[in-house]
Amino acid sequence: MSTFRTVMHNAMGLALFAAVTVGVIALTATFTGERIAAQEERVRQAALYEILEATTDADIDLEQRVSLNAAALGHREPREAVIARRNDRAVALIVPVRIPDGYGGPIEVLLGIEPDGRVAGVRVVAHRETPGLGNDIERRRSDWIDAFRGRGLDDPPLPQWTVRADGGEFDGFTGATITPRAIARGIGRALVWFEDDGRALLEEAR
Amino acid sequence: MSEAHAEHGAHPETSGATIAREGLWTNNPALVQMLGLCPLLAVTTSVVNALGLALATLIVLVGSNTSVSLIRGYVPPAARLPAFVLIIASYTTCVSLLMQAFAYELYLTVALFVQIIVTNCTILGRAEAFASRQPLLPSAYDGLMMGLGFGAVLVLLGGFRELLGTGVLFADMAQLFGPSAATWEITVVPAYRGFLLAVLPPGAFIGMGLLIAAKQYLDQRQ
Repeated sequence: MSTFRTVMHNAMGLALFAAVTVGVIALTATFTGERIAAQEERVRQAALYEILEATTDADIDLEQRVSLNAAALGHREPREAVIARRNDRAVALIVPVRIPDGYGGPIEVLLGIEPDGRVAGVRVVAHRETPGLGNDIERRRSDWIDAFRGRGLDDPPLPQWTVRADGGEFDGFTGATITPRAIARGIGRALVWFEDDGRALLEEAR
Repeated sequence: MSEAHAEHGAHPETSGATIAREGLWTNNPALVQMLGLCPLLAVTTSVVNALGLALATLIVLVGSNTSVSLIRGYVPPAARLPAFVLIIASYTTCVSLLMQAFAYELYLTVALFVQIIVTNCTILGRAEAFASRQPLLPSAYDGLMMGLGFGAVLVLLGGFRELLGTGVLFADMAQLFGPSAATWEITVVPAYRGFLLAVLPPGAFIGMGLLIAAKQYLDQRQ
C-alpha cells in the first residue's frame, strides 16, 4: 500500500507542477500573441508590397482574400490568396506556393500573377537553403528573383522554366543548382495552375 | 564520457571562480562534455544564427538551473527527472515565443533548433549534476557560465564558417539587433568566391575538430 501512496504522491506533485508550468507558458503566449501575429503580418505585408512594387496603402488594395485549395501549388490544406486591386480593378492574384524540392527542404514563396498569366513578382518567404549559397534567392541578398518578373508560359515555354544547366532560361548560382532549379520549375508549375484554375479566381473577383 | 564530466561538476568546492573556470574552459559543455552538438553543428553557419541559439540556450540554462535549485528540497527523487524536463520544456517554449515576438526573421531560420533546446543534454546535465544539489546563487551562476561557454563555442564556430564560407562577417545582424545593426556587416575578403565546404555540414565537423584540437594544445602547453 505504501508503494501506491508514494506513486500517488509523486503523480499529484507532478500534476501540480505541470499545471504551474502550463500557466507560465499560457501567460507568455498571451503576452506575446499579439506581437507575434503583428510580426507575421508585417513580413507578409512587406512581401506583398514588394511583389507589386507598391509603396503605400493608397496605391494598392490588398484587403480581398479568397480561400485557396490547390494541391498543384504544393498545399495539403486550404490556404489564402490575395486579390490585389489598383483603382478598383483586380491587377494580380497573389498565391502562396510551396516548392517541395529545395536543397534544405520545402521553399515557401509568394507569387503574384497578373490577369494575362505573367509573373508580377516573386518573394521567398521561408526556406532552409544553404547560407552563402542557396540563400541568394532572398531579395535582400541578390536580385536574382527579379528575373521572373514579366515572364509567362509563352516566354519561355514550360520546358525551359528551369536553370541554364538543364537547358532552361534562368541563371543558376555557382555551386548551387538545386535551389534555383526548384524555384524556376516551381513557378512554371504555378503558372500552369493559374491557366487551369487560378484565372477563374481572379475573374470571379473582378 | 559526458557522465564522468558531469560528476566532476558536482564537486563540493563551488567558489565563483571555480564555477566560471568549469563552464568556460575545463568542463566546457561543447568542447569537453561535447553535449548539445546537434544544434551546435547545424546552426553555426553564420554569427547571427549562432548568437541567436547561444542566447536562447543561455536563457533556458540560467532559468532551469535557478528553478531546479529552488525546488530541490521539495521534489522526491523518483519524480525528479520529469519535473526537470517540465521546467526545461516550459522555458524553451517561452523563449521560442519571445523570439518570435522580438526577432521574427531570425526565428524563421533557427526555429527548429530553438525548439530542440529542450533535448540539449547540457541543460538536463546541469540541472541534475549541479542545480539539484546547490543553493540558488551558485546554480544561477553555473547556468550563466555554462551558457556562456557553450555560446562562445557557437559564435566562434559560426564566425569561422561564415568567414571561410562567404568571406563576410556579421551578415544579417539586423535580424537580432534591429535595423541599426544592418551596417555591422564586414566584407573581409572582397570579391570572395565562396568556399562551399565550410558552410555545409562537413565544415561544421572540421571546424569543431579544430576548436577541440586548439583547446587540447593550449591545455598541454601549460
